[in-house]
Amino acid sequence: MAASKASRIGEEIWKTRIDKVNAELVTLTYGTIVAQLCKDFEDDYPEVNRQLDKMGYNIGLRLIEDYLAKSNTMKRCSNFRETADMISRVGFKIFLNITPQVTNWTADNNSFSLVFDENPFADFVELPDDGRAQNELWYSNILCGVLRGALEMVQMQVEAHFISDVLRGNDTTEMRVTLIRYIDDELPPEDD
Amino acid sequence: MSYYFAIVGTQDNPLFEYEFGTSKQGGDGQSRFTEQVRHLNQFILHSSLDIAEEVQWSHGQIGRGLTGGGSRNGRYLKCIDKFFNNYISCFVTGGNVKFLLLHQPTTPTSTASSRSSTAIGANPTSPATEEAIKMFFMEVYDNWVKAIMNPFYKANMEVRSPIFRARVAAAGRKYL
Repeated sequence: MAASKASRIGEEIWKTRIDKVNAELVTLTYGTIVAQLCKDFEDDYPEVNRQLDKMGYNIGLRLIEDYLAKSNTMKRCSNFRETADMISRVGFKIFLNITPQVTNWTADNNSFSLVFDENPFADFVELPDDGRAQNELWYSNILCGVLRGALEMVQMQVEAHFISDVLRGNDTTEMRVTLIRYIDDELPPEDD
Repeated sequence: MSYYFAIVGTQDNPLFEYEFGTSKQGGDGQSRFTEQVRHLNQFILHSSLDIAEEVQWSHGQIGRGLTGGGSRNGRYLKCIDKFFNNYISCFVTGGNVKFLLLHQPTTPTSTASSRSSTAIGANPTSPATEEAIKMFFMEVYDNWVKAIMNPFYKANMEVRSPIFRARVAAAGRKYL
């Protein structure tokens, strides 16, 4: 499916079928979660990253159902490139009203980057200035988990992680997504 | 003209301070407090808190935009206190955090007030100065709201954000 068509579908769904909430509610709620995790794990940022990823994974497992229900006019993606376009132009569009750029494909078409020009989670945020958060915390790491969980439910095992974040002082916010394998439908054990 | 700006929290605890000089009339933005009085600035500023509260309560309802722009909460109390050549202007946010600005004209006020000078700050109680300080407070207030929306900021904690500091400095350059 052409990228422009995906954009149109995303726009259409966003306009007609999505309940909207105040953006600051989302920003502050997510911010509170991250801050509380940092407190609970005593600023063990790698652990906070893991927890965020896990929360995202559990969200993704269910969110994919919502995504498929709302975008019910679409067919199965024929390749991973199309999947990437759908993630950006339909998935991110309808849930966060952003369209990250899909870029930096590897030659084997199994790995791409999502570059976030805007990130509603990160408004107002300044990472703690304890000298470690800037290097260790991936503030929006929940998104990696969401993608991993959602794609797993549609037979794609992926690995996702951030490689840069404007909150850390980088120029861009970039997430790397890599397809590991298509999960084959497993046959139920035979009744012998 | 030298300025000393401080933000005081709801428990009368200092949250932020910044010292700067005028950038108008060819000022270089550096403060001209002498070494002998610099450490007194904090005392002078904080001693005006009582007056700030008196003014605040005498206006009746708290947090109503009486002098603030438009429908915004937060109140500009103008110049509330004077200690020799130091003038204190105050702004109270809707959440009862106080912005205090100490301004010290370089020329003695006796000469400055007799001739109404157009220079901002030369006459600390002139409408032009009041307006300039109001604009400064309003801009700081906008940035303040953004700074305390940071999820890693806890209420009544000292504001350490370098971004906020830079924005206060920019507001000072722009209006004062």
